[in-house]
Amino acid sequence: MAILHIVNKSPYERDSLTSCLRDAKSGSGLILIEDGVLAADKRGKFAGALGDASKGMKVSVLGPDLDARGISRDNVVDGIQIVDYAGFVDLVAEFDCPQSWL
Amino acid sequence: MKFTVQVNEGPYQHQASDTAQQFVRAALEKGHEIYRVFFYHDGVNNGTRLTVPPQDDRHLQKGWTELAEKHGLDLVICIAAAQRRGIMDADEAKRQGLDADNIAPGFRISGLGQLIEGGIQSDRTVVFGD
Repeated sequence: MAILHIVNKSPYERDSLTSCLRDAKSGSGLILIEDGVLAADKRGKFAGALGDASKGMKVSVLGPDLDARGISRDNVVDGIQIVDYAGFVDLVAEFDCPQSWL
Repeated sequence: MKFTVQVNEGPYQHQASDTAQQFVRAALEKGHEIYRVFFYHDGVNNGTRLTVPPQDDRHLQKGWTELAEKHGLDLVICIAAAQRRGIMDADEAKRQGLDADNIAPGFRISGLGQLIEGGIQSDRTVVFGD
């Protein structure tokens, strides 16, 4: 069963992204929303981990939440797709089960 | 596809209520069905009709109520979480001997079984919270 992992907290504040990346299986999905989008900045220290993750998982970031935090879309880690809310809905439908890392 | 959405966070606490509302709107626009929205923990605070945010701010409770009116959404507030936080409908207020109720239009108070049933009846259950 392919899980869509949903991470909504900054990796600089909580360990949810690190825990998620440790446990997530290849073929699953990850979407970064709310403060979770801070991880997607390629100048940040989670860029390497997310770049590696995107080779085996479908990694996405919610565009409106990037915009709200002033993170340029040009600065998103390569391999991460930027989606809007409709794209978020599509991901929830595409994967078998959503899992929010609260 | 049928979705149940769970909201664990109050309005203006962080972003969960906003995200959940945007998610619900996008899902409805794409033709999906929202089987139920279940408000749990501090999420029950989305259902008080007495919130008065500044005029230039978004009004989350009204947003939910308008979605319920327009799309017939089932907005369910967890009874145990609601009683702890003073969210009352007329029947509960009377039963508790209180002098007022504050539940917003479009919301109803019920039990945790409604969340479980939503999970069983829906294809996906998405949780938003803190």
